[in-house]
Amino acid sequence: MMNSTGLLIVSHSLHAAQGIADIAVQVSNGQVPIMGVGGNDAGGLGTSPDAISEALQQLLAKCEQVLVIPDLGSSAISVRSAMECIDECGRVRLISAPILEGAFMASVEASIGSSTDQVAAVAEGAREFDKFI
Amino acid sequence: MNAKQAEAMIKFMAAGIGEHKDTLTALDAEIGDADHGINMARGFDRVTDKMSIARYELPAEVFKDVAMMLMSAVGGSAGPLYGSFFVKMAMRFRGEESISPELFGLALSDGVNGVMSLGKGVRGDKTMLDALIPACDAYNKAVDDGDNIENALKKAFEAAKEGAEATIPLVARKGRASYLGERSAGHKDPGAASSVIIIESMLKGTEI
Repeated sequence: MMNSTGLLIVSHSLHAAQGIADIAVQVSNGQVPIMGVGGNDAGGLGTSPDAISEALQQLLAKCEQVLVIPDLGSSAISVRSAMECIDECGRVRLISAPILEGAFMASVEASIGSSTDQVAAVAEGAREFDKFI
Repeated sequence: MNAKQAEAMIKFMAAGIGEHKDTLTALDAEIGDADHGINMARGFDRVTDKMSIARYELPAEVFKDVAMMLMSAVGGSAGPLYGSFFVKMAMRFRGEESISPELFGLALSDGVNGVMSLGKGVRGDKTMLDALIPACDAYNKAVDDGDNIENALKKAFEAAKEGAEATIPLVARKGRASYLGERSAGHKDPGAASSVIIIESMLKGTEI
């Protein structure tokens, strides 16, 4: 059975995106399809719509819907651009969630079988989360 | 405007961006992440490489290649934004070998709308749109008044320059500069500055 929700972490830094993806993968024991993509095509800081499209295609093969969490607004522009190039862009949703905390909480929520809407809401709500309780 | 002039436009863009790479980067260092010039130059280097091996029959083919290279190689948000601008222009040009003044104006409008739609920006945000929108408006008014492409682009260039200057006092509402808030005022927007180079290059390309 195909997973309901997958996550794509998009950062200007490939290290950051992969590191955040690693954390999110660990918390759901690898059950939720999660990828991190980042950096420009020369390996420096920036974003690459091509790399984002490629990652989206891979995730869309494994899950019904993909939530994309960008680090900054400019990443969102690259994601929107990448989405224009893929047929299944109706299954992709860009969400405004804190990139690390949002990915973490989305991974947990997705791993318990919540709907994509619920996963997105939890991720976006992560900005209210007090990390010092 | 034909394919040869379209190629010339792009060559002037590559040269202009290369020449002003440091200025654009310096503007971006003041209110951004100091990479606009570097990113745009990298994008146009790719464009130049691609164009050196391609043979173009149609203006649409030229603009489409520019769009694809900028989208892939620029790396900052300017990549997708300028990519959208050029691809929308290419789509409007379609299979026409010779672009009329009116068709060029429709293409410019489509390009501007593409940038607005992708970036969710409007005039006054302190972005490339603050040069492109006035340029497009001035171009289309000139064509309505009977100007040919070259003369309409002269007016577009003047409007783009004024628009870029007018970004100086603005507080950024979009882009990396928007994180600076009030501190972004007093500096010219680098995206507006690069848009001036783009429009000027279009003008130069028609003059060959």
